[in-house]
Amino acid sequence: MAQYLQTDVLIVGAGGAGMYAAIAAAETGANVLLLDKSIVGRSGATIMAQMTVAAAVGEEEPDDWRFHLRDTIAAGRDLVDEPLARILCQTAPERIWEMEEWGVGWARSGNHLTQAHAPGHDRKRCVYVDFLNTGPATSRTLRNQVRKYDNIRRVSDLIVTDLVTQDDRVAGAVALHLESGQALSIAAKATVIATGGLTGMYNRNSASANMGGDGFALGLRAGAELIDMEFVQFFPIGHLAPRLIGMDPIMWDPFRYKLGGRLLNGNLEEFTQNYGTPEDGKYVVTRDTATYAIFKEVEAGRGSPHGGAWLSFEHIAEADLRAAFGPVIDRLAKNGIDLTKMAIEVAPIAHYHMGGLRTDDSLACNVPGLFATGEAVGGANGANRLSGNAITEAFVFGELAGRSAAAFSGQAMPDIREAAKPLLAMIEATANRPGDGMTPTAAIAKLQGIMQRNVGPFRTRAGLQRALEDLSELAVALPHMPTGSAPTFNQQLADWFGLRNMVLVAKTIATAALARTESRGAHQREDYPGLDEDWANNQIIRLEGDEIELSRGEVRRLAKEEFVHE
Amino acid sequence: MSDRLSTNLKIRRGRPDDPEQYEVFPFEYEAGQSVLDALRWIRSNRDASLAVRYSCINANACKECVMRIDGRTGYACTTPLRPGEMLIEPLPNKRLIRDLVTDTLPPDERLSEV
Repeated sequence: MAQYLQTDVLIVGAGGAGMYAAIAAAETGANVLLLDKSIVGRSGATIMAQMTVAAAVGEEEPDDWRFHLRDTIAAGRDLVDEPLARILCQTAPERIWEMEEWGVGWARSGNHLTQAHAPGHDRKRCVYVDFLNTGPATSRTLRNQVRKYDNIRRVSDLIVTDLVTQDDRVAGAVALHLESGQALSIAAKATVIATGGLTGMYNRNSASANMGGDGFALGLRAGAELIDMEFVQFFPIGHLAPRLIGMDPIMWDPFRYKLGGRLLNGNLEEFTQNYGTPEDGKYVVTRDTATYAIFKEVEAGRGSPHGGAWLSFEHIAEADLRAAFGPVIDRLAKNGIDLTKMAIEVAPIAHYHMGGLRTDDSLACNVPGLFATGEAVGGANGANRLSGNAITEAFVFGELAGRSAAAFSGQAMPDIREAAKPLLAMIEATANRPGDGMTPTAAIAKLQGIMQRNVGPFRTRAGLQRALEDLSELAVALPHMPTGSAPTFNQQLADWFGLRNMVLVAKTIATAALARTESRGAHQREDYPGLDEDWANNQIIRLEGDEIELSRGEVRRLAKEEFVHE
Repeated sequence: MSDRLSTNLKIRRGRPDDPEQYEVFPFEYEAGQSVLDALRWIRSNRDASLAVRYSCINANACKECVMRIDGRTGYACTTPLRPGEMLIEPLPNKRLIRDLVTDTLPPDERLSEV
């Protein structure tokens, strides 16, 4: 008999948003089960963040959440779900001060928090932890808080393979325990998807190993709707060369906040001015413009040797580099990089996904009993995310989803023993399959190539159709792939379940990208350049049987006077 | 482009009750690549059954890829490859689960504790 667990609130994914949700739910007295397919509080995206957190705390200069909202909406290219974005911006300062109270240690200057002026913001708004330590400090703080609650149970190495639905609601999940190879079921009054984004589906990415879009596939198969799946944000200046280890590939962003730096093409010339944004040693060019500019320079044969652009800090004195980044300069030296003597190469890498599960203002999905949080929530950032909003979203949406899920859990515990049976049987049938051909592990690398090549920042009809064909081939091969022989810590089997989700989610991105015949924010169609007013709609995706169904939805908006004031 | 270098990774394989066994995987690399780069390549291209914990890949933030490298405890993601042969083993002071994976979870995060 498979193990059977019960909980008021089940949280799938234990990065920043999942941990914050656990704390908020536990605070109401609910019992919480916090799961991660790797290690609780260590895997996921939050811990990797070396960057900043946007919030109108007004420590550096006067600010108001309405200004933050105005910038968020402007960055989102007319697709922002404005009520969700309002929640994000309005609640952000409260969460920043709560984290400070819990000991995160935001960087200070004298008697106030230091705030950086990130591109797209109208003023200094982004707090951080020195040196490049925002993610680790944030994760440690949340881990310590989570441990204070006896009503939060944490389980690592547990992979949720499907949600369980009965009586038209989500009533828990089935999971594979990686260490033992056992399948088990979990009855839950409310379930929160906190699995983050999907950038691990691209071969140039800044993701952790588990950012394969699991939560979107879990939601789809349980009847949930997705929104804006075509919008994958590429971070323009991801580290490309020389090989740099022990550092997050998006580390050059904070360098640019503090020191400016110069972005140069293969001929060592500045080029962003040719794409509408001169830099003059300041970091002002937005992510979508910079990605486009680098891509076009490479295409024109003016790329750096590894196919990107040069980023140079050679004009900055070593003392200034050390004052800004202290020990990081030594870590670079260990990698053979001396910024006073050499430029490094950068290129656009998949960094964040604006789309996700479609929710209401309480972060409830359209299927009762299911909630989303963090990067898994779609809509709040529209077609392009403002820098600094991702960790903000983990905090704000984490707290809100935890509270909403706990409020929903005041009912009888569902009994899912019957409903779970076919899903448990599917796990057991998949394990130990000798199979033939490509392993799921190799197939993941193949899928990353398909996505990078044809569903990356620049898209064409032919390329997207090709990608959909390639993805269909993987879908056909999937049921026959070998899943490894030993049950103990069978990562090949774990990869199979990851790939199963990736193939479905990749199809939703390509399908939505093919339908959107315009260029907007992070979705750029080479065959449809320029924004089309008629496309100021969201695209909504649901699963009908095995088929992806696409429809258009009105963008939810606020009255202008709610956020524009001077 | 940098020159290709080559190394042989001698990796301890198996579960607790298996006889001690090592498997050697040759790997070609560019200067600067890490032990984790090699282990991930082996999983994708040679043997998907190789068990190794990792999450953040590059950032040395998650600390999941701690193991024994040439007899010393270190992180696979921050240890550069070197030519010749490198000995890759699980942590000796933790319960072995499989291959390079040991029980590094906090005691109260195990399924058996629920």
